[in-house]
Amino acid sequence: MTSQGAGEILGVALAPLVDARAAGLPMTYLVGHGARAYPVTALTWGLLAISVAVVVLIAILLLWGIVARRSKGPFGPTERDTLGSAEGGLSWIVGGVAVSSVALVASLIWTVIVVAEVAPPRNPALTISVTGNQWWWDVRYVNADPTQVFRTANEIHIPTGAPIRILLTSNDVIHNFWVPQLTGKTQTIPGRTNQTWLEADRPGRYRGQCTQFCGLQHAHMALYVVAQPPAQFEAWRKAQIEAAPAPTTSEAIEGAAIFLVKCAACHQVRGTDAGGQVAPDLTHLMSRETIAAGLEPNTPAGLSGWISNPQGLKPGTRMPTLYLSGAELTSVTDYLETLK
Amino acid sequence: MTEVVLDPGPLPVGPYDKKGPGWWGVLSLIATEAALFTYLLFSYYFYDLQLPHSWRPAEPPKLNLSAPDTLVLLVSSAAVWFAERSLKKGSRSRAGIGILVGLILGAIFVVVQIFEWKSKTFTPQTSVYGSIYFTITTFHLAHVLVGLLALLFVLIWIAFGYFDNERHAAVSNVVIYWHFVDVVWLFIFSTFYITPYLW
Amino acid sequence: MTSDGIRRVAAIATADDRLRSRLREIWETEPGLKGWIGTVDHKQIGVRYIVTAFAFLAAGGLEALLMRLQLIGPEQKLLTPQQYNELYSTHGVTMIFLYALPILSGFSNYLWPLIFGARDMAFPRLNAFSYWVYLAAGIFMYVGVGMGFGPNDGWFNYVPYANKTYDPGLNEDFYSLGMIFLGISTTVGAVNFIVTFFKTRAPGMSIDRLPIMAWGTLTASVANLLVVPAVSLDFCLLWLDRQAGTHFFDTQAGGQPLLWQHLFWMFGHPWVYAIVLPAMGMVSEGLPVFCRRPLVGYTPVALSTVATMILGFGVWVHHMFATGLPYVTMSFFSAASIIIVIPSAVAVFAWLATIWTGRPVITTAFLFFASMILLFTIGGVSGFMTAAVPVDWQLNDTYWVVAHIHYVLIGINVFPVVGAIYYWFPKMSGRMLDERLGRWNFWTMFVGFNLAFLPMHLTGLLGMPRRVYTYSAHMGWTLLNVITSLGSFVFAAGVVLLLVNVVASLRRGALSGPNPWDADTLEWTTTSPPPPYNFAVIPTVISRYPLWEDRLATDDGRTAVGEGPALDHEKEALLTSAVDADPMLIAKMPDDSVTPFVLTLGMTAFFAGLLVHWWALSTAALILCLACLAVWLWPRRRLAQRTGAPL
Repeated sequence: MTSQGAGEILGVALAPLVDARAAGLPMTYLVGHGARAYPVTALTWGLLAISVAVVVLIAILLLWGIVARRSKGPFGPTERDTLGSAEGGLSWIVGGVAVSSVALVASLIWTVIVVAEVAPPRNPALTISVTGNQWWWDVRYVNADPTQVFRTANEIHIPTGAPIRILLTSNDVIHNFWVPQLTGKTQTIPGRTNQTWLEADRPGRYRGQCTQFCGLQHAHMALYVVAQPPAQFEAWRKAQIEAAPAPTTSEAIEGAAIFLVKCAACHQVRGTDAGGQVAPDLTHLMSRETIAAGLEPNTPAGLSGWISNPQGLKPGTRMPTLYLSGAELTSVTDYLETLK
Repeated sequence: MTEVVLDPGPLPVGPYDKKGPGWWGVLSLIATEAALFTYLLFSYYFYDLQLPHSWRPAEPPKLNLSAPDTLVLLVSSAAVWFAERSLKKGSRSRAGIGILVGLILGAIFVVVQIFEWKSKTFTPQTSVYGSIYFTITTFHLAHVLVGLLALLFVLIWIAFGYFDNERHAAVSNVVIYWHFVDVVWLFIFSTFYITPYLW
Repeated sequence: MTSDGIRRVAAIATADDRLRSRLREIWETEPGLKGWIGTVDHKQIGVRYIVTAFAFLAAGGLEALLMRLQLIGPEQKLLTPQQYNELYSTHGVTMIFLYALPILSGFSNYLWPLIFGARDMAFPRLNAFSYWVYLAAGIFMYVGVGMGFGPNDGWFNYVPYANKTYDPGLNEDFYSLGMIFLGISTTVGAVNFIVTFFKTRAPGMSIDRLPIMAWGTLTASVANLLVVPAVSLDFCLLWLDRQAGTHFFDTQAGGQPLLWQHLFWMFGHPWVYAIVLPAMGMVSEGLPVFCRRPLVGYTPVALSTVATMILGFGVWVHHMFATGLPYVTMSFFSAASIIIVIPSAVAVFAWLATIWTGRPVITTAFLFFASMILLFTIGGVSGFMTAAVPVDWQLNDTYWVVAHIHYVLIGINVFPVVGAIYYWFPKMSGRMLDERLGRWNFWTMFVGFNLAFLPMHLTGLLGMPRRVYTYSAHMGWTLLNVITSLGSFVFAAGVVLLLVNVVASLRRGALSGPNPWDADTLEWTTTSPPPPYNFAVIPTVISRYPLWEDRLATDDGRTAVGEGPALDHEKEALLTSAVDADPMLIAKMPDDSVTPFVLTLGMTAFFAGLLVHWWALSTAALILCLACLAVWLWPRRRLAQRTGAPL
C-alpha cells in the first residue's frame, strides 16, 4: 500500500472523528486534503505512532526497573557486596540499538518515499505567484496572456482536483507560506523565488498563516485557500479579471474621490486611477470574506472599524491612520462596498 | 592490596621546548582561527554559487602586487622557521636575525596590501563582492598585525636573553602562529586571485 | 635532588598535615577585593559560573512567565507586540547562550581538576578571563534589554528582518556585539577544557580510565572551538551591514539571506549538542553511583558521545527544510538527522541497563537523573520527527518545535543540572541538601514541566505557529495554552523550592563528610569543600573507579591518594601525556592576577565604543587590551618561561 493510499484511508477514517474544520481546528495538520497532503499526513501519523510507542516503552522499562530493583539504602556494606563487576548489561545496549536502528531505517525509507511522492507536478493546472509582505499576502494569477493576469490578496481561490503551483517570494523580510491541511511550509525569501504546490480534492476554505517571525504583526498574517469546483472557480476567475464597476450612488462617488486622494498611493483598484502596488489590490474587495490578512470579517462594520483604527486593531501595520471624518468614513466604506 | 605510587623520576620544570600547555593552547587557537577563515571562504563560495557571474568584477584581479606580496609572506615564514631552528641549536643571534627578517617582510606585506587595496576600483560599500573582498582581507590583515606584534615582542625577549635551546616556548608558539597566518593567506590568495582565471 | 638546570625529581611525600598547611599557604587566594577579583582558583570560578548562570536562568524564567500570562487566553493585551517580541527573543538568548552552556562550564570548571586528580585547570588565568568575559557579555546584552533594546528577532535572528531597514533600533547591535563578545568567552573556555583534558590528568589516568562525564565536556569544547567562529562571523557580517554599509544580506544588492541561515545553523545545531552532551555526562556519572554499580557500557557511551558530535556537524540543514533547497540535499540531511538518533539510543539503553543491573537507591539526585532518561526520550523522538523532511514542513515553526526544544533544554540540561546540584552540593559546600524538601522540589518541577510542555506538542499539531504574540479564539488552542501557562507557574514554583533548599541547607544542612554517596571518583577523596590545592599529593590512578577498587575485582593494586609527588616548591602541578597520562612536566602555575579582569574591562569598553560609534573609546580600549596581553604573556622567571628559572 502506498502512503498515498494510506493517507487517503486515514483521511476517510478520521474524517467523522476529527473533521478538523467542523471541530474548530482550522490549522491542524493531523488531517490533510489532496494529493500533496495525504502521504505527509500518513507519515506524520506513522512517525507519531512510533514515537509514542518508544516513549511508552522506555517509560515502562524505566519505572519497572526502578521499582523492581530499588534498594532500601543507605549505602551500607551489604550493598557493597552486590556492587558486582563492571561488566554486564551490554546486551541492553546491543538489543536497544538493534531495535532502534530497524525502526530508524524503516522511517528513513518511508520518508524518502514520501519525499518522492510529493515532488512538484510536471504539469500544474494553474500557477499562482504569492508574495509575502509585512503583514499580508499579495496574490497574482500568472498567465502567458497578460489580459488574464490579475491580483488579489490573502485569499487564494483554486479549482478542486488539480495540482496548483505556487511561486513564492517576498517584498521585504522572510515569511513562510503554510496551509497546513493542503501543504507544508515554504519560506518566501526576498530576491529568490521558491516553489511549492498543493491540491484540494474537495471544496472548502483552508486556513493558512505565516510561520516565520517577520515583525510586529507576525501573529496576524493569515491567508485562506478557497477550493471551488472548477466551474465555480472559472466564474470567480472571470469576475476577478474585470475592472471595478463604476460607483453609482452619490455617497459612493464621493467615497471614490476620497479614496483617490487618501488610499490610491498604496492600493490599486483596476479601472480607476488608483494604482498603488504596495498594499492589497482592492478591485474586488467584496469577493473576500476577511480583511487585514484574516484579522477581521469583511463586513461594513469590520471595514469601517479597520479604516478608522488600523493601528489599534493591528499595531504596527503599514496601513496608516487616516483621520477621516465620520462622513468621509461612511463614503469610503460605501465606495468599497461597490467593489464586488 | 597496597597503593601503587608512581615515582616519575626527574621531570622538566616549566615549559620546555614544545612541552608546555601553551603549545597545546596555541594549536587549539589555530584550530578555531582556521575554522573562522573556513567560514569566511565558505561565504565567498556561497555567493559565487548563488549569484550570476557578474557579481565579480569584470576583469579578474591583477597579480602584479598580490603575487610578489604572497612570495614575501612565504619567505617571512622561512625566516622565522630559521630563527626557531637556530635557537634550538643554541644561536641566539641567528634567531634574532631570523625573527627580524620575518618582521620586516611581514611589514612589507602589510604596506603592499594597503597599496593593493588602494588600487581597487570598488569599496566595501559598492557591492557584495566589495564587502566580502575587503572583509576577508581585513580579517587576514588583522591577523598579520597581531602576528607582527607578537614577533616584535619575541625579538625583544630574544634580545633580553630570555630564551635558550631548551626554554623557548614563547618563540615556538609565535612561530607556529605566523606559519598559520601565512598558510591562510595562500587560501585567500587562491580564492580571490587564482580561481577567477579558472572559472 | 638532582638538577641539570631544567629538570627536577618530583619528590614523593605522604599527605600529612605539615604538607597540607604548606600547600594551603601557597595556593590560598588572599582575602579582600584584590583576591576576589584576581583569584584563579577553578573552584571559585566554577561556583561563580554556576551562580551567574542561575541568575540568568531566573531572568529568563521571569520573561517566560510574562509571556505565559500573555498567552493564557486569546487576544490578551497584557503585552504589546513589541514587548512580546523582545521578551521571547531575550528569553531564548538568555536560556540558550547565557544559561545553558555557562552552567555546564561551571560544573566542569569546578569538577574537572578534582576528578582528574589535578590542582587546577591548564590555564588558570584564562579560566578567570573566560568567566569575566561571560559576565561582561551577559551584562552588556542585558543593559540593552534594560534600555528597551533587547534582541527582537528571535535567538536565530533571521535577516533581512534583522537588517537596519526593518529593525532600526539598537536592539540588533546590542545582540550582535554581545554575541561576538560572548563567543570569546566560549572559545577560550573551550581551549582551556581541551588542554586540561589532555594534559592535566593524574598519572595513570589513561584515556580509558577517565570519569565518563569528561567526554561530554571535551566533545562540546571541540565542537565549540570549530563552530563558534561561524556565529561570531555571522553576527559580525550583520553588524557591518547595519553600521558600515556592506551588503552581505542586503537583497537589493544581491546579498543572501540564506547565508545567514547556513552560518547560523552550522553553529546552532552543534551548539545544541554542546549544551546537552556535558549534562548527559553528568547523568552517566551520577546515576551509576546511586545504582551502586559502574555505568554499563563505558566505551560505547564515550564513543557515542563523540559520534553524536561528528554527525552533529552534518545535520544543520534540517533547520532549513522550508527554504526551498534541492530535494537531494534535503534527503541527505534528513538521513543524517535520523541516523544521529542511534548514538542517543546507546546512552538511553546504557542508563536503563545500569538501573536494571544495579540496585538503585532513590534520592532526589537519582530522581532528577532517572527522570531525565524519560524526558530525553521524549525530546529525542520529537526531534526525530522533525528529521523527516515532509513531516518537518508541517512541524517546523509550530509549537511542536517549541515543545521539542524545551524537552531538550529543560529535560536534558536543567534536570541533570539540578540532579548535579543535589549530587555535588555536599562537595562544594560541605553540607547536604535537604532530602524531604528535595522530593517536593523534584515532583513540583517534574509535574509542572510536563504539564506545561507535554500538551504543547498537541498545540503544535493543532497548528499554532511559534512567536505569535496572540492568537484567535477560533483556532482551538485556548485550553492547551491555559494548561501550559498553569504548568509553567508550577514549574517555576519548583525552581523556587530548589533555591529555598540551597539557601536553607547552606546554613543548616547536615555535614556531609568527604564522600556522602560512597561514590567512585577522585573528587570524593578530598575534604568537602576541597582545599585550595585540591590534592596534597598528586594521585596515581590505576583504574577507572579509584574508590571502588576494593569491591570491583581489581588486581593491580590500589589508586594512591595518600602518597605521591608533593610538588610543594611553589604553585605547581603535574602535566602528563595526552593518551596514557605518563608524567611529562612539572608545571609552574600562575598566581592570582587582576590582568584577566582588566582585560575584560578593556574589551567591554571596546564593544561599547563600537555600539555607540565612539571610535576613540574603542581605539583606547584596544590599546589597553594589547597592554594587558603583553603583561599577561610576558615570560616570567617564576613560571619558568625563560632561562635561569629557579626550580
